[in-house]
Amino acid sequence: MLMTLKEVQTLLGGELLTQGLDLETPCNKVFASDMMSDVLAFMDAGSILLTGMVNSHVVRTACLADVTAIVLVQGKKPAPDVVAEAMKISVPIISTGCSMFEACSRISRSFPETIR
Amino acid sequence: MTEETSFQQEYEIKGGDFSHGGEVSCEIKNLLKELGLNAQTVRRAAIASYEAEMNVIMYARECRVDLSVTPRKIQIVFEDKGPGIKNVKLAMNEGYSTATREMRELGFGAGMGLPNIKKNTDKFKITSKVGRGTRLEMTIMTNGHKP
Repeated sequence: MLMTLKEVQTLLGGELLTQGLDLETPCNKVFASDMMSDVLAFMDAGSILLTGMVNSHVVRTACLADVTAIVLVQGKKPAPDVVAEAMKISVPIISTGCSMFEACSRISRSFPETIR
Repeated sequence: MTEETSFQQEYEIKGGDFSHGGEVSCEIKNLLKELGLNAQTVRRAAIASYEAEMNVIMYARECRVDLSVTPRKIQIVFEDKGPGIKNVKLAMNEGYSTATREMRELGFGAGMGLPNIKKNTDKFKITSKVGRGTRLEMTIMTNGHKP
């Protein structure tokens, strides 16, 4: 079953930091990690990336590894220039107050067929 | 692209420039996309290039990057001036890393860089001289071709 980014945002009570970017994109893959090295080595193209990292390398990794959207956990928010970089490459950033564990388990419960 | 045409571009990377780390690889990726190569091939080249670029940022002083594209293959050569790698065989092992705390705080230094370059390329050659620098030669074949 495919979930849209909008559904993920609602599920996590998240705030869209990249205002205006499309959230109707369907997705069924999720990857959670703070290690960009692991994202580059193990994540499938087209995944949603859940992370607690907020530096510009998250956005560059997203660009290079074909991430569909970035979800920042623990209510983290990056500096404005990082959001601007994400806007430029059209990768939505959603910030949620959920912990990494809570965010992963909510997605997992609601979309059990999600590929991890 | 026809069989005869090819594309070449040079880039420079400054070691230690963490804030711009990855920008050259993003440029390369956009270029490859514009050339009409398929998404999977572009992603492999982009990931290999980014791993190499971050290694330069983390360890070397400066680096010249040469990109050349033909209809058959993408070749990216990173030639840096830097400390070199003492034991290349060891550095190719997954999980082996000499990264500092700063590098790890940025989400790098898991010891996956060189193995991941190997995984995402069809041909990968690494030569290094301690105290001089390292040269990475990576080739990614476009669809249906063999190295």
